[in-house]
Amino acid sequence: MTTEDMVKTSARSKTEDMLNEYIPILILTITAALFAAINLVLSHLLGPRKSSRSKLSVYESGMKPRGDARHRFSIKFYLIAMVFIIFDIEVVFLYPWALIFRQYVAAGPFILIEMLVFIGILVLGYIYVWKKGGLTWD
Amino acid sequence: MDWLTYLVLPLIKIAIAIGSLLLGVMMMVLAERRVSAWLQDRHGPNRVGWHGMMQPMADGLKFIFKEDLIPGHVDKPIYLLAPLVILVPALMTWAVVPFGTTDPTQVPTLFGQPFKFQLSDLNIGILYILAITSLGVYGVVLGAWASNNKYSLLGGLRAAAQMISYELSLGLSLIGVLMISGSLKFSVIVAQQTDIWDWNIFRQFPAFLVFTIASFAETNRAPFDLAEAEQELVGGYHTEYSSLKFAIFFMAEYLHMIVGSAVNVSLFLGGWHLFGIENIHWAFSILIFCAKVTLFLFFYIWVRWTLPRFRYDQLMMLGWKVLLPIALINIVGTAIILAF
Repeated sequence: MTTEDMVKTSARSKTEDMLNEYIPILILTITAALFAAINLVLSHLLGPRKSSRSKLSVYESGMKPRGDARHRFSIKFYLIAMVFIIFDIEVVFLYPWALIFRQYVAAGPFILIEMLVFIGILVLGYIYVWKKGGLTWD
Repeated sequence: MDWLTYLVLPLIKIAIAIGSLLLGVMMMVLAERRVSAWLQDRHGPNRVGWHGMMQPMADGLKFIFKEDLIPGHVDKPIYLLAPLVILVPALMTWAVVPFGTTDPTQVPTLFGQPFKFQLSDLNIGILYILAITSLGVYGVVLGAWASNNKYSLLGGLRAAAQMISYELSLGLSLIGVLMISGSLKFSVIVAQQTDIWDWNIFRQFPAFLVFTIASFAETNRAPFDLAEAEQELVGGYHTEYSSLKFAIFFMAEYLHMIVGSAVNVSLFLGGWHLFGIENIHWAFSILIFCAKVTLFLFFYIWVRWTLPRFRYDQLMMLGWKVLLPIALINIVGTAIILAF
């Protein structure tokens, strides 16, 4: 085996090691799904079955159900979801920065200033949403 | 590929961990009832078994033999899928949390392989936790929508809005910890907290505060349990669920609580370390970890039976206007302190 081949093999085995860490998680996912499915089937098999019309109807505190639940709901929920998506993406961008912060800050304050600008823009947007009343729930 | 390392040992760990998690859920349900009774000066369930120890068993059996009712108005496939979607992430989150020592010189060997007390030491550990816990929202929303019930819909919407709001603060609070540790690996973060003054609760107190409050909200736990506020919404998103399907929702909530405490203990309270003792025996490391988690779970129960429930607008205000700025200020503060 040439040196080049050995380097290639070791690089591949490193990636393989990293990916192998996910095998237990795959096993766990399967186990968890099986456990949940068994639970669902178990009560289906063992429970008694005696249904009646009132049992199968919608539960509305004993009143006669009025219509179904396919109604419109407050726009506030959409607004919160949209603001969340924007902020969450910003948070994701902060993660790689936080990881390397300590190594790079020793070389100079550039990484700090860079992120202060980024957070500054984020705060501007945050203040805008706040002032527009996007965070107020009434 | 070595089938022993990648199949047999993980299976043993999964069996141990899921077994103890389910046992933990049972004990937690009982503890909740006993502690609440104690706080309210009553007895609580103490008849089945020694001090009511068998009560959760009896409850579980009862759930199994209850009628498995699927109401006529529900969206059947999604209705049946929702409990599955909620339980699987709840059972998966613990995978990266070290529940005992991971030091290669300390761990016992099994079949000639080191038996680390952690299922998988992913290099993106914290991201894994955040990703898997946010999957829990899907179960809530799917269950609420498929139930076709007004109480469920309201509860589900509330829960979803609450969970995504607090997830931001949760994610932001961890950045301070990451800046100090410089790694997303749980084994590294825990190893850095050997000495008690190195615990992240002391180095990152605002982050700890935000993380704890946000994890209470993420688990839909009192004082943030508006999604299932029984006085106004009956059961919230699981109103239309019965028998073991209801038990699954219940179980998932308690699992989230236990795993949330375990994550909190690992990130902020030194994991399996105690008072800077090095070369700790592996059995003791597990005991220490379990003791810490138990204390934290007691804190959960204590808070629930002490504080009244928030109003929904207060809850949203706390998340967006209080916790988020605190988390942001904490990041900037930590960055400046580390830089100079």
